[in-house]
Amino acid sequence: MAAPENPGPHTLGKVRPHPSQNEALLFEKSSPGKRAYKLPPLDVPAVDADALLGSAVRKHHAELPELSEIELIRHFTRLSTWNYAIDLGMYPLGSCTMKYNPRVNEFVARIEGLAEAHPYRPDALAQGILEVLDLLQRCLLEITGMDAITLQPAAGAHGEFTGILLTRAWHASQGNPRKKVLIPDSAHGTNPATAAFSGYTVENLKSNADGGIDLEALTRQVDEDTAALMLTNPSTLGVFEHQIHKIADILHAKGALLYMDGANMNALVGKVRPGDFGVDVMHLNLHKTFSTPHGGGGPGSGPVACKKFLEPFLPIPVLVRDQNGPNSCPDAGDWEDTNAEPTADGCPPLFRAPVLKPDGERVGDTEPLPLHPQSGELRWEYNRPQSIGRVRAFYGNTGMFIRALAYILANGPDGLRQTTEDAVLNANYIRKKLEDLYELPYKTASMHEVVFSDKRQAAKGAKTGDIAKRLIDYGFHPYTVSFPLIVHGALMIEPTESESREELDLFIDAMRSIAREVEENPELVKTAPHSTRVSRLDEVQAARKPVLRWKPQS
Amino acid sequence: MRYLPKSDQERHEMLAEIGAASIDDLFASIPAEYRLARDLDVPRQQAESEIVQYFRAAGEKNSTGYASFLGAGAYRHYRPVIIDSLVQRGEFLTSYTPYQAEITQGTLQAIFEFQTMIAELTGMDVANASMYDGSTGAAESVMMAVRVTGRHKAVVAATVHPEYREVLATYAQHQGLPTTVVGYDAKTGRIDLDALDAAVTDETTAVLIQSPNFFGVVEDIPAVAEIAHAKGALLIVSIAEAVSLGIVRPPVEADIVAMEAQSFGVALSYGGPFCGVIAAKEQFVRQMPGRLAGQTVDGAGNRGFVLTLATREQHIRREKATSNICTNQALVALMATIFMAVYGKEGMRELAEHNLAKADYAAKTLGGQAGAKLRFAGAPRFHEFVLQTDEAPAILNQRLLENKIVGGIELSRWYPELKNCTLWCATEVITREQIEAAARVLADVEVEA
Repeated sequence: MAAPENPGPHTLGKVRPHPSQNEALLFEKSSPGKRAYKLPPLDVPAVDADALLGSAVRKHHAELPELSEIELIRHFTRLSTWNYAIDLGMYPLGSCTMKYNPRVNEFVARIEGLAEAHPYRPDALAQGILEVLDLLQRCLLEITGMDAITLQPAAGAHGEFTGILLTRAWHASQGNPRKKVLIPDSAHGTNPATAAFSGYTVENLKSNADGGIDLEALTRQVDEDTAALMLTNPSTLGVFEHQIHKIADILHAKGALLYMDGANMNALVGKVRPGDFGVDVMHLNLHKTFSTPHGGGGPGSGPVACKKFLEPFLPIPVLVRDQNGPNSCPDAGDWEDTNAEPTADGCPPLFRAPVLKPDGERVGDTEPLPLHPQSGELRWEYNRPQSIGRVRAFYGNTGMFIRALAYILANGPDGLRQTTEDAVLNANYIRKKLEDLYELPYKTASMHEVVFSDKRQAAKGAKTGDIAKRLIDYGFHPYTVSFPLIVHGALMIEPTESESREELDLFIDAMRSIAREVEENPELVKTAPHSTRVSRLDEVQAARKPVLRWKPQS
Repeated sequence: MRYLPKSDQERHEMLAEIGAASIDDLFASIPAEYRLARDLDVPRQQAESEIVQYFRAAGEKNSTGYASFLGAGAYRHYRPVIIDSLVQRGEFLTSYTPYQAEITQGTLQAIFEFQTMIAELTGMDVANASMYDGSTGAAESVMMAVRVTGRHKAVVAATVHPEYREVLATYAQHQGLPTTVVGYDAKTGRIDLDALDAAVTDETTAVLIQSPNFFGVVEDIPAVAEIAHAKGALLIVSIAEAVSLGIVRPPVEADIVAMEAQSFGVALSYGGPFCGVIAAKEQFVRQMPGRLAGQTVDGAGNRGFVLTLATREQHIRREKATSNICTNQALVALMATIFMAVYGKEGMRELAEHNLAKADYAAKTLGGQAGAKLRFAGAPRFHEFVLQTDEAPAILNQRLLENKIVGGIELSRWYPELKNCTLWCATEVITREQIEAAARVLADVEVEA
């Protein structure tokens, strides 16, 4: 029998098209009288809202949509199918660390006693969650090699803000808050925005020929007005600053501090610790390195870890452990005692209660950091006269702390190290397999991500943004486009450890195929994507005449 | 390690293809003296069953089974089951910020729906895609007002959540933005309008109030707006309890509304993640912080959505951005979106009415006990109220705890003048039986001989 004329849906790499549902806006689907809720009968007397609220009563119902439950399930399920996600495949967005988000994390974050805890419940009723926070803090301090930590910041940029405020508070305590923050031209946009937000002038630091910190320029630019350098390490090129100790020395010689943007910690965990190479203060992104889900843009969590001299300035409240119950020690509020050994009269070592020493010295105990609670009650300490204050209400994105700790527990020391090694292995594998077709502007060794440029493809008219869009047709999320800014037409690829060799090979095949398409039919690439529900959207119109909410047709 | 999709054999083969002798070759750029030559001192690798067991034990240690009258910026409402079913779909959960619009239309349309419903509820023209929480939203609203007005002094009501005010102080301290705090009327618990009038000047960028305020009292927004606007200042209304908008008049006279949407289906989770959002009049949209989704068309004329007005944001404008915010609370905003759609037009009203009724019953029942009285009784309230007792709150709350009840939060912690006052909250999940049980404990005070 002859082969059929039409061989069926066209397969491109790992994908083939299939129908997706159309779905209108909630408001367009609404019709009066439909409901997706049912309240229980009111067990107290009903009230007259007009009488109780007077002129403060709402006269007209808000025009919210009216739909049934099945329609809502279908609505949001249909919308979900329009998204690409890590669960569908490789998501190589450089700088974003799109790794697997383990499902047990979601499960444990919803355990009733944790998920339903009110932030103002008495500390005595919150010991379970406080133990979780304490163990996470101790793990993160061990991973970073720092001395003190706050979990309060809600995201990376919020962590940067907190870290720069710590820097500023410390300088101010030395008599001069200083005026400027140095930021490499390769930095994330949040860095300069943060420095400005914290009342500092931003001074640009030009990268050297390797894309790293130019020590001569740094020496020239660091002065008594310099508060800090905000450094991403590995850099946004995915390159470890191998002269990091010299950078720290240059800064410290002038009294300036080294701030590390921890966005790229996925290249370092278990292999090297920022606290050991001269960093004074840094933030972590739990939603990058520690696998809490990105959720379409958040929530994140941006803990800030610092050296001991910055500890007095941490946001309030800080978590402390009282070994003899609250207020049993007259000096309990004194920050200077925070790392002290228990004193003769039983005063506790506060804050982190570092029961174990990093050198491994433990009497009769060869187990790593114990999972189970230490003795003594945990509580929030507010009496911190030098604190920068609060950066948000309550204590931070606790739900993310639970998830991050679950990730650390699932990995253990060996898993964390293997994770880092696999992330670096994957990036180097991609580099090796693509460097003949895509321009590698910096030849320095890559860690967890590799940055190419579109130089060869742009010559044929297809730019990094076009290649990215064509990648969608092959079933992948694009890499990060046009960043870092020091690479013209950058393709920033971070595979993370979560990709199997099979998935990497499919990605490599797709990138190689696109490079061929650019040679043979650049128009195909320039007009991509061709397989999505919508083609390229008119962003100019969106910005020129913003339509930011639905309105009924008049 | 069960999350890592590689065998050792594959690792060796990949290293060979790269041309590296060992994995250490790939870390050669790290100076040897800094390389960690030992295991991290963290707990050993745990099985999934051990992880679940550990967190279950933590949850149990957290003491469950209490009736709680705590509110104060974090509210317990019933969370419809479909919220967690839907937000755990991997396509929402494991997707990034929707910069690549063609493959993130789901997230983008949901944000557009969120913005629409928030604008509708608050009476504003536009809303952003979310902020970290109500406190940072309020603080960033004040910064936004500075950009709009070019003025550099703020006036803040003492009845704004104390922690929100602390956050504002942190944000404002290096912006050259002094703030004046205006007190409250001792009878009504509302902002003192005479003091406000005296505090607002031609240099005031904005007046920040909260409504319902920290005492649960609904502010007289038209009166506050008149005072602010008379001097050319903006009015920012912070809303910590989003459910109130089902029955409380929206602050339509405000220029900016900074809201905490946790009440819309978001677990208390010991204070986060929550869902801040900023809504405003249309003319201020270009000074707004945070992401915005906008409607547009593709090449074939199909409707689609994109992140828009990005020239306000840090990844484009760097140090000149309206804020440094990048990651927001997207998945939590999706929870709120689903919650608003579940309750809808009628349900949001009915839900708010239930809250109003429960709190009214609780206030009358508790306030009617000997040795207890309701403070600020003369002003409209939503679902929180201040109770003043003869008994010291610490002792009262201890007695309540012995009866598995978490009583109101002690206010002298932030308001020293409010001695023996506690702030109580009764949402729709509080039962009549719980209210009456609390009243019995209250009435059972031992009289000192």
